[in-house]
Amino acid sequence: MTSTAAAVDAAGPAATLAVSDAADGSRLLRLAGRLDTYSIAAVWSQARAAVAQVPDRRVVIDASGVDYCDGGGVALLLDLLRQERPAQAAVSVRALKPEFKTLLDQFDPATLRASAEEHAARLPAVAEIGREAVTVARDIVTQIAFIGETSSALWYAIRHPQHVRWKDVWYTCEQVGVNALPIVGLISFLIGIIIAFQSAVPMQQYGAEIFVADLVGLSILRELGPLMTAILLAGRSGAAFAAEIGTMKVNEELNALTTMGLDPVRFLVITRILAAVLMVPLLTLFANMLGILGGALTMISFNIPVLSFLREIDSLVDIKDLAAGMAKTPVFAILIAGVGCLRGLQTGTGASAVGISATRAVVSGIILLVVVDGIYAFIYYLLDI
Amino acid sequence: MAADPIIRVESLSAGYDDKVLLRDINFTVNRGEVFVILGGSGCGKSTLLKHMIGLYQPFSGKVLIDGEDIVTAEGEARKAILRRIGVMYQSGALFGSMTLIENVRLPLEEYTALDDEAMDLLALTKLKLVGLDGFSGHMPAELSGGMQKRAAIARAMALDPSILFLDEPSAGLDPITSATLDELILRLAKNLHITFVIVTHELASIYAVADRIIMLDKRKQGIIAEGDPKRLRDESDDPLVRQFFRREAEVATV
Repeated sequence: MTSTAAAVDAAGPAATLAVSDAADGSRLLRLAGRLDTYSIAAVWSQARAAVAQVPDRRVVIDASGVDYCDGGGVALLLDLLRQERPAQAAVSVRALKPEFKTLLDQFDPATLRASAEEHAARLPAVAEIGREAVTVARDIVTQIAFIGETSSALWYAIRHPQHVRWKDVWYTCEQVGVNALPIVGLISFLIGIIIAFQSAVPMQQYGAEIFVADLVGLSILRELGPLMTAILLAGRSGAAFAAEIGTMKVNEELNALTTMGLDPVRFLVITRILAAVLMVPLLTLFANMLGILGGALTMISFNIPVLSFLREIDSLVDIKDLAAGMAKTPVFAILIAGVGCLRGLQTGTGASAVGISATRAVVSGIILLVVVDGIYAFIYYLLDI
Repeated sequence: MAADPIIRVESLSAGYDDKVLLRDINFTVNRGEVFVILGGSGCGKSTLLKHMIGLYQPFSGKVLIDGEDIVTAEGEARKAILRRIGVMYQSGALFGSMTLIENVRLPLEEYTALDDEAMDLLALTKLKLVGLDGFSGHMPAELSGGMQKRAAIARAMALDPSILFLDEPSAGLDPITSATLDELILRLAKNLHITFVIVTHELASIYAVADRIIMLDKRKQGIIAEGDPKRLRDESDDPLVRQFFRREAEVATV
């Protein structure tokens, strides 16, 4: 890299440094050649060390041999000049060509010293911990405020459905629902196949393959259908909501909405939550269907016809199990859409903030899904459903 | 000033897809001058700038920077040309997740072998040149528009390029900030002998900084005037050029 730079900018030799001690006790640094941003790296630390070695003697930098000096070379000289030393051991530059001296004279070495220290300042540990604690507390407050705002906006939307922007809702439905059909279908079909196959092999040893139908039916309808659909949607749409609203925030589009008198929560969040609540149950039904289909097709290879498979499911699994699974889906939908939108609204500034928001939307969305699913399981156990 | 061309644009034709914006244009920029590209909206000013810095591929023609063609250069040769130029984009294009000093340090970290302390000092001197040394630890979003543009100039100067390209430096700035920026451009041109290529249509700032201008026109798809802006205003035969200068000059003097 440096060799190409030197070859291209070959207007003079590279930078050189010679250190000697004069008879009067002062140290002489003879800088020569080309001092540019690329060449100075070779002499910088050497020069700094040569100055630091003699803390109580005068240092003279002889720059008569410098035939080119740009901002980089000036920075090198400034670094040597800004060192804090007693007056009798001052650092000085002599014989720098006038055109380079005007560059150097733009700066006062002493001020560079002060600002360098300020830049390095760090907070003590206690202050850091306190600062983090305040950040977490603020985050909790905004989440509570968001839940409140969203609930009131949802209640308003239910009482005044004519005020909801249904065009946006249908558009989001297409994004969240229709476009997710292939991936949701594929994953649940494969999950059905895998569960059926994995359980059929050991159960065959006891001649109990037919009960695979009940296993697949129960687990898909009650747990896996709703949960897999919701997790897929958290990754797909939750992240999309966060990124979209986050980018709008970075572009000040949210401010534009606010100043037009349009509440961002009503305008952006409610439409998305409504779309998710409409689409997630339908997607879950689709996932249930394809999961069971996958299981049924697998069992053909274990000599169980599709009809016997379905009859077996019908005998043990009833509408209550389907309802137990479907009852979760609106709650999952609100969680996914709500968390996605909340993270989007919380986006900071800059491009990386949008990425962070999308990540946080997926992570907190999935955690919430699993926790809520656990709560449902406990309630169903208590109610004996 | 003796003519010593540092940039030479030769029979450049450019545009988007099938739409030709610039047809067969030729001009040179001399070393150390402040060169302004101006023209009405949509005439291809910014397109021309983006071709000069090698972002877009022209239909045909050459852009020679110090004798080397940025259009055909590849790999290390292209990098070597790019290190000789610095660009300030219209909105600053500072990296929002980095502080000012980190923004300026980025090219230093990638292209030089300097240690941390040296890079910090070097970056700080650049920020000092644009009057932002007190803001080295700030994030770009915490600064005003004018400060962001100055910071973007500091970042463009990180590797001491001999040419700086500025895209609409005074767009969206108040007259005082814009005049401060003009002064900064003149000071850098004088003290550091940097060649400036500026795209703008801010007449006040053109009179303040420009040594030479070219004016582009949408219908002609090329250059309709070239030279000293004050002389063009007073002496040009082209009604379009006179109109451009006079109409806006009237507005500017109110």
